[in-house]
Amino acid sequence: MSAQNSPAKSMRTPLARVRSLGASHSGTSDFWRQRLTAVAMTLLILPVIVIVLMLIGSNQAGAKLILGSLPIAIILLLFIVASAWHMKIGMQVVIEDYVHNEKLKLAGIMANNFFSFAVALASIYALLKLSSGV
Amino acid sequence: MALSIVHRVTGMALYFGTLLLAWWLIAAASGPGAYANVQAFTASSIGRLIVFGYTWALMHHLLSGIRHFVWDLGYGFKPNEREALTWGALIGGVSLTVLVWIAAYAIGGGR
Repeated sequence: MSAQNSPAKSMRTPLARVRSLGASHSGTSDFWRQRLTAVAMTLLILPVIVIVLMLIGSNQAGAKLILGSLPIAIILLLFIVASAWHMKIGMQVVIEDYVHNEKLKLAGIMANNFFSFAVALASIYALLKLSSGV
Repeated sequence: MALSIVHRVTGMALYFGTLLLAWWLIAAASGPGAYANVQAFTASSIGRLIVFGYTWALMHHLLSGIRHFVWDLGYGFKPNEREALTWGALIGGVSLTVLVWIAAYAIGGGR
Protein backbone atom coordinates (compact mmCIF):
# COMPACT_ATOMS: atom_id res chain seq x y z
CA MET A 1 0.00 0.00 0.00
CA SER A 2 2.78 2.44 0.88
CA ALA A 3 4.35 2.02 -2.58
CA GLN A 4 1.25 3.57 -4.11
CA ASN A 5 1.52 6.56 -1.82
CA SER A 6 5.15 7.33 -2.64
CA PRO A 7 5.44 7.46 -6.43
CA ALA A 8 8.49 9.74 -6.21
CA LYS A 9 10.65 6.86 -5.09
CA SER A 10 10.03 4.82 -8.20
CA MET A 11 11.01 5.38 -11.82
CA ARG A 12 8.34 2.95 -12.95
CA THR A 13 5.19 4.34 -14.49
CA PRO A 14 1.86 3.53 -12.86
CA LEU A 15 1.04 1.37 -15.89
CA ALA A 16 4.23 -0.68 -15.55
CA ARG A 17 3.50 -1.16 -11.87
CA VAL A 18 0.08 -2.69 -12.44
CA ARG A 19 0.63 -4.32 -15.84
CA SER A 20 -0.20 -8.04 -15.81
CA LEU A 21 -1.29 -7.86 -12.18
CA GLY A 22 -4.92 -7.59 -13.14
CA ALA A 23 -7.36 -10.46 -13.63
CA SER A 24 -5.73 -12.67 -11.02
CA HIS A 25 -2.13 -12.59 -12.26
CA SER A 26 -1.17 -12.53 -8.59
CA GLY A 27 -2.03 -8.84 -8.19
CA THR A 28 -5.41 -9.81 -6.84
CA SER A 29 -4.68 -13.50 -6.34
CA ASP A 30 -6.22 -13.65 -2.86
CA PHE A 31 -9.40 -11.99 -4.13
CA TRP A 32 -9.61 -14.54 -6.92
CA ARG A 33 -8.83 -17.54 -4.71
CA GLN A 34 -11.39 -16.47 -2.17
CA ARG A 35 -14.07 -16.47 -4.89
CA LEU A 36 -12.74 -19.75 -6.34
CA THR A 37 -12.95 -21.53 -2.99
CA ALA A 38 -16.33 -19.91 -2.30
CA VAL A 39 -17.76 -21.33 -5.54
CA ALA A 40 -16.21 -24.71 -4.75
CA MET A 41 -17.87 -24.79 -1.32
CA THR A 42 -21.19 -23.57 -2.70
CA LEU A 43 -21.16 -26.58 -5.03
CA LEU A 44 -20.03 -28.95 -2.26
CA ILE A 45 -22.26 -27.75 0.57
CA LEU A 46 -25.29 -29.92 -0.27
CA PRO A 47 -23.39 -33.24 -0.39
CA VAL A 48 -21.48 -32.22 2.75
CA ILE A 49 -24.73 -31.56 4.64
CA VAL A 50 -26.12 -34.90 3.45
CA ILE A 51 -22.97 -36.66 4.67
CA VAL A 52 -23.21 -35.02 8.09
CA LEU A 53 -26.91 -35.96 8.34
CA MET A 54 -26.02 -39.55 7.37
CA LEU A 55 -23.71 -39.70 10.39
CA ILE A 56 -26.32 -38.71 12.96
CA GLY A 57 -26.90 -41.44 15.48
CA SER A 58 -24.12 -43.73 14.31
CA ASN A 59 -21.38 -44.87 16.65
CA GLN A 60 -17.66 -44.72 15.86
CA ALA A 61 -17.70 -47.96 13.86
CA GLY A 62 -20.57 -46.68 11.73
CA ALA A 63 -18.99 -43.27 11.30
CA LYS A 64 -15.73 -44.91 10.26
CA LEU A 65 -17.53 -46.95 7.64
CA ILE A 66 -19.25 -43.89 6.16
CA LEU A 67 -16.29 -41.49 6.37
CA GLY A 68 -13.93 -44.12 4.98
CA SER A 69 -15.89 -44.64 1.78
CA LEU A 70 -14.11 -43.21 -1.26
CA PRO A 71 -16.62 -40.69 -2.68
CA ILE A 72 -17.48 -39.34 0.76
CA ALA A 73 -13.83 -38.98 1.75
CA ILE A 74 -13.07 -37.16 -1.51
CA ILE A 75 -15.99 -34.75 -1.11
CA LEU A 76 -14.91 -33.98 2.46
CA LEU A 77 -11.26 -33.59 1.47
CA LEU A 78 -12.19 -31.13 -1.27
CA PHE A 79 -14.37 -29.22 1.20
CA ILE A 80 -11.62 -29.12 3.83
CA VAL A 81 -9.01 -27.82 1.38
CA ALA A 82 -11.39 -25.17 0.00
CA SER A 83 -12.55 -24.05 3.45
CA ALA A 84 -9.06 -23.88 4.94
CA TRP A 85 -7.87 -21.76 2.04
CA HIS A 86 -10.97 -19.58 2.16
CA MET A 87 -10.82 -18.98 5.89
CA LYS A 88 -7.10 -18.21 5.80
CA ILE A 89 -7.70 -15.46 3.23
CA GLY A 90 -10.80 -14.19 5.03
CA MET A 91 -9.07 -13.92 8.39
CA GLN A 92 -6.08 -12.20 6.76
CA VAL A 93 -8.41 -9.56 5.31
CA VAL A 94 -9.94 -9.02 8.73
CA ILE A 95 -6.49 -8.74 10.37
CA GLU A 96 -5.30 -6.30 7.72
CA ASP A 97 -8.43 -4.21 8.19
CA TYR A 98 -8.38 -3.93 11.97
CA VAL A 99 -4.80 -4.51 13.19
CA HIS A 100 -2.70 -1.46 12.43
CA ASN A 101 0.36 -2.22 14.54
CA GLU A 102 2.82 -3.65 12.02
CA LYS A 103 4.41 -6.27 14.29
CA LEU A 104 1.08 -7.35 15.71
CA LYS A 105 -0.32 -7.60 12.20
CA LEU A 106 2.53 -9.82 11.00
CA ALA A 107 2.20 -11.99 14.10
CA GLY A 108 -1.52 -12.27 13.50
CA ILE A 109 -1.09 -13.21 9.86
CA MET A 110 1.49 -15.82 10.86
CA ALA A 111 -0.78 -17.28 13.55
CA ASN A 112 -3.61 -17.31 11.01
CA ASN A 113 -1.50 -19.33 8.58
CA PHE A 114 -0.42 -21.75 11.30
CA PHE A 115 -3.99 -22.24 12.52
CA SER A 116 -5.48 -22.75 9.06
CA PHE A 117 -2.76 -25.18 7.98
CA ALA A 118 -2.89 -27.11 11.25
CA VAL A 119 -6.69 -27.52 11.22
CA ALA A 120 -6.65 -28.56 7.56
CA LEU A 121 -3.79 -31.00 7.96
CA ALA A 122 -5.25 -32.58 11.10
CA SER A 123 -8.61 -33.07 9.35
CA ILE A 124 -6.99 -34.44 6.20
CA TYR A 125 -4.83 -36.83 8.21
CA ALA A 126 -7.88 -38.08 10.14
CA LEU A 127 -9.82 -38.68 6.91
CA LEU A 128 -6.92 -40.50 5.26
CA LYS A 129 -6.51 -42.64 8.37
CA LEU A 130 -10.23 -43.51 8.26
CA SER A 131 -9.96 -44.35 4.56
CA SER A 132 -6.88 -46.52 4.91
CA GLY A 133 -8.50 -48.56 7.66
CA VAL A 134 -5.45 -48.44 9.91
CA MET B 1 -29.12 -2.60 6.10
CA ALA B 2 -25.61 -3.10 7.35
CA LEU B 3 -25.19 -6.82 7.20
CA SER B 4 -21.66 -6.88 5.79
CA ILE B 5 -20.37 -7.05 9.35
CA VAL B 6 -22.56 -10.11 9.97
CA HIS B 7 -20.85 -11.78 7.03
CA ARG B 8 -17.51 -11.11 8.72
CA VAL B 9 -18.66 -12.18 12.16
CA THR B 10 -20.16 -15.45 10.87
CA GLY B 11 -16.94 -16.00 8.93
CA MET B 12 -14.90 -15.62 12.11
CA ALA B 13 -17.25 -17.96 13.98
CA LEU B 14 -16.88 -20.57 11.25
CA TYR B 15 -13.11 -20.08 11.36
CA PHE B 16 -12.91 -21.14 15.00
CA GLY B 17 -15.75 -23.63 14.54
CA THR B 18 -13.47 -25.69 12.31
CA LEU B 19 -11.78 -26.77 15.55
CA LEU B 20 -14.97 -28.66 16.40
CA LEU B 21 -15.03 -30.25 12.95
CA ALA B 22 -11.37 -31.26 13.19
CA TRP B 23 -11.93 -32.66 16.69
CA TRP B 24 -14.84 -34.73 15.40
CA LEU B 25 -12.85 -36.17 12.47
CA ILE B 26 -9.81 -36.91 14.64
CA ALA B 27 -12.05 -38.61 17.19
CA ALA B 28 -13.63 -40.76 14.48
CA ALA B 29 -10.15 -41.77 13.37
CA SER B 30 -8.93 -42.38 16.94
CA GLY B 31 -11.49 -44.83 18.28
CA PRO B 32 -14.80 -45.45 20.05
CA GLY B 33 -13.81 -43.71 23.30
CA ALA B 34 -12.76 -40.47 21.62
CA TYR B 35 -15.84 -40.52 19.40
CA ALA B 36 -18.11 -41.03 22.40
CA ASN B 37 -16.61 -37.89 23.95
CA VAL B 38 -17.57 -35.85 20.88
CA GLN B 39 -21.06 -37.32 20.91
CA ALA B 40 -21.46 -36.56 24.60
CA PHE B 41 -20.48 -32.96 23.88
CA THR B 42 -22.77 -32.51 20.86
CA ALA B 43 -25.65 -34.13 22.78
CA SER B 44 -25.27 -31.70 25.70
CA SER B 45 -27.33 -28.51 25.63
CA ILE B 46 -24.28 -26.25 25.28
CA GLY B 47 -22.87 -28.49 22.55
CA ARG B 48 -26.20 -28.53 20.75
CA LEU B 49 -26.41 -24.75 20.98
CA ILE B 50 -22.91 -24.38 19.53
CA VAL B 51 -23.65 -26.76 16.64
CA PHE B 52 -26.94 -24.98 15.99
CA GLY B 53 -25.13 -21.65 15.97
CA TYR B 54 -22.50 -23.13 13.68
CA THR B 55 -25.21 -24.34 11.27
CA TRP B 56 -26.76 -20.87 11.18
CA ALA B 57 -23.37 -19.16 10.70
CA LEU B 58 -22.63 -21.52 7.80
CA MET B 59 -26.01 -21.04 6.11
CA HIS B 60 -25.98 -17.29 6.57
CA HIS B 61 -22.39 -16.95 5.38
CA LEU B 62 -23.22 -19.07 2.33
CA LEU B 63 -26.22 -16.99 1.27
CA SER B 64 -24.59 -13.72 2.24
CA GLY B 65 -21.60 -14.81 0.16
CA ILE B 66 -23.84 -15.51 -2.83
CA ARG B 67 -25.16 -11.97 -2.35
CA HIS B 68 -21.58 -10.70 -2.65
CA PHE B 69 -21.18 -12.78 -5.80
CA VAL B 70 -24.15 -11.03 -7.36
CA TRP B 71 -22.52 -7.71 -6.53
CA ASP B 72 -19.13 -8.90 -7.85
CA LEU B 73 -20.81 -9.63 -11.16
CA GLY B 74 -22.20 -6.12 -11.24
CA TYR B 75 -25.86 -6.77 -10.49
CA GLY B 76 -28.19 -5.90 -7.65
CA PHE B 77 -27.00 -2.40 -6.81
CA LYS B 78 -30.37 -0.63 -6.94
CA PRO B 79 -31.65 0.21 -3.43
CA ASN B 80 -34.62 -2.18 -3.63
CA GLU B 81 -32.41 -4.95 -5.05
CA ARG B 82 -29.86 -4.47 -2.29
CA GLU B 83 -32.61 -4.69 0.32
CA ALA B 84 -34.07 -7.80 -1.31
CA LEU B 85 -30.69 -9.57 -1.45
CA THR B 86 -29.94 -8.71 2.16
CA TRP B 87 -33.32 -9.81 3.48
CA GLY B 88 -33.14 -12.90 1.29
CA ALA B 89 -29.81 -13.88 2.85
CA LEU B 90 -31.10 -13.16 6.35
CA ILE B 91 -34.40 -15.02 6.05
CA GLY B 92 -32.93 -17.77 3.83
CA GLY B 93 -30.13 -18.38 6.32
CA VAL B 94 -32.55 -18.88 9.21
CA SER B 95 -34.89 -21.00 7.06
CA LEU B 96 -32.12 -23.31 5.82
CA THR B 97 -30.82 -23.70 9.38
CA VAL B 98 -34.25 -24.74 10.64
CA LEU B 99 -34.68 -27.05 7.65
CA VAL B 100 -31.34 -28.80 8.29
CA TRP B 101 -32.23 -29.26 11.97
CA ILE B 102 -35.67 -30.63 11.17
CA ALA B 103 -33.98 -33.13 8.86
CA ALA B 104 -31.43 -33.92 11.58
CA TYR B 105 -34.11 -34.56 14.20
CA ALA B 106 -36.19 -36.60 11.74
CA ILE B 107 -33.18 -38.81 11.01
CA GLY B 108 -31.89 -38.96 14.55
CA GLY B 109 -35.30 -39.52 16.08
CA GLY B 110 -34.83 -36.60 18.46
CA ARG B 111 -31.44 -37.72 19.61
